[in-house]
Amino acid sequence: MKTKFNNSIIKVEDLVKKFGNFTANDHLTFEVKEGEIFGFLGANGAGKTTAIKILCGLSVPTSGKVEVAGYDVYRQTNQIKRNIGYMSQKFSLYENLTIKENIRFFAGIYGMSRKDIRIRLEELLDRLKIENLKNELIASLPLGWKQKLAFSVAIFHKPKIVFLDEPTGGVDPITRRQFWDMIYEAANNGITVFVTTHYMDEAEYCNRVSIMVDGRIEALDRPQELKKTYHVDSMNEVFLKLARVKN
Amino acid sequence: MKKFLGFVKKEFYHIMRDPRTLLVLFGIPVAQLLIFGYVVTNDIKDIKIAIFDQSKDDVTLNLSNKIISSGYFILNENLNSINNIEDIFREGDVKEVIVFEPGFGQKLIKNGVAHIQLIADASDANTANLIVNYTNAIIQDYIRKENRQQKIPLQIEPEVRMIFNEGLKSVYMFVPGTMALILMLVSAMMTSISIAREKEMGTMEVLLVSPLRPAQIVIGKVIPYVVLAFINAITIILIGYFVFGMPVKGSLWLLLAENLLFISLALSLGILISTLANSQQVAMFISMFALMLPTLLLSGFIIPIENMPLILQWITYIIPPKYFIIIIKNIMIKGTGFEFVWKETLVLVGMMLMFIALSVRKFKIRLE
Repeated sequence: MKTKFNNSIIKVEDLVKKFGNFTANDHLTFEVKEGEIFGFLGANGAGKTTAIKILCGLSVPTSGKVEVAGYDVYRQTNQIKRNIGYMSQKFSLYENLTIKENIRFFAGIYGMSRKDIRIRLEELLDRLKIENLKNELIASLPLGWKQKLAFSVAIFHKPKIVFLDEPTGGVDPITRRQFWDMIYEAANNGITVFVTTHYMDEAEYCNRVSIMVDGRIEALDRPQELKKTYHVDSMNEVFLKLARVKN
Repeated sequence: MKKFLGFVKKEFYHIMRDPRTLLVLFGIPVAQLLIFGYVVTNDIKDIKIAIFDQSKDDVTLNLSNKIISSGYFILNENLNSINNIEDIFREGDVKEVIVFEPGFGQKLIKNGVAHIQLIADASDANTANLIVNYTNAIIQDYIRKENRQQKIPLQIEPEVRMIFNEGLKSVYMFVPGTMALILMLVSAMMTSISIAREKEMGTMEVLLVSPLRPAQIVIGKVIPYVVLAFINAITIILIGYFVFGMPVKGSLWLLLAENLLFISLALSLGILISTLANSQQVAMFISMFALMLPTLLLSGFIIPIENMPLILQWITYIIPPKYFIIIIKNIMIKGTGFEFVWKETLVLVGMMLMFIALSVRKFKIRLE
């Protein structure tokens, strides 16, 4: 069942998630368009992780309507899982498996055929120019490489959407820049990117950003518009203004 | 299914590439078995005995009373015949049978010598030895007191017979205990650590987001350990047999099946622990304190359960290895069949189902 908004790939309406008396997500409503890079910002504890878990089909909302890639999060979590990729701050590759084994493993659990895996594996090794490293253990690679690989693995099965949960935590600015090049490339290939970050300069790279404060979305727009609205020069200031109003 | 096999394969890679894991899996079990093969001593208390009195005179009654009132022994039953001595030990809790020869009192007074037979269940070698020594000491004490009033010294000659384990090998006791300990260690501790590792590294998140079902993830993680633990069980049986001469008198298939059951139980415990622990260290500590120590101390492995304070004796009822050790001893040493261990087996199955149910619940809560 496709949504009536053809180009909306994530559609959230009045999403509420409560844990006992605590409301982690308070009536969230937003849409993510197909192929865009959507920044999902917010301080720690603002409810980002809870929302991502729901979008990934790991957690069920208390109320509200949520559709991801055209599938309902209450009933069709399996279809959702097959159509998304996920990468977290921890990079999530197995340290004591080689590059090739990691890719084969993760591609395998997404049900890709051997042939597809082989073809895309060669493509990937070629593109990243790491053909000679394919039998190295992940543990022996520098952090930047692990991160690039983790991202490549997250989109290896060509998902419709990739969720990146603070993907650039703990890496240097140059590597971060390179990483964002990869994100753009993925977006150009039609993969929708849903990314959370702490770095406000990264927020500027997004097509649109939402800013969550205390479980609510306080702002959602293109970075330029947000800066205009709040009469400031950087996303950092936008963020501080919103967070400060609340506290 | 293909997804699932890929998962299992990956898990084997993890194990084979980590020297520490390999050491824990294969080095420690062998070392432990060899170390535990060599002895510990214990005291005895409230040991259940049976008496077959073929004489029923004043002397035998006095002597029986003295033995029973010593505090070390409790009279479980008076036997009227002794056709099949092994059955008496197999069926009940009786650890020693005392047999007075016919005309015991008369012979003692007339000839100055009478015979008494002490038959002990030596599947637990240390305890059997102690039981016989204690009984003998009581008899000698009795005769010494009698001799004060006699001119010619009287003599009671005990004839000792150890049943099930004539050679009194303590290894007979330690092989089942070590088996329980090692299977607990390998299965529960290693699974809980390996699942906790995935959580720690963040790979668990990725697995949960993937189309793999939680049950597939858990079973995939567990299968390699079932295989390895089973290899361990077989290794222990082989070392027990070839190095220590520990027999397998009962059915080997039953023995292996019970091992598999216990491995599954330990694994379900490991899964439960991993739902509680978020890091490898925590998983390890919970395993150590919640599993290893009770297995060592409360299962009857090192300290006989009969000698524990009452409250600890109650606690032993919830210690799975206790039942496993009883089963293994029965099968290996006494050669009993399923009809004698079905109750213990049932308890283990029940415990396993409970742990699985609890883990499933915990797992769901954690996902929320």
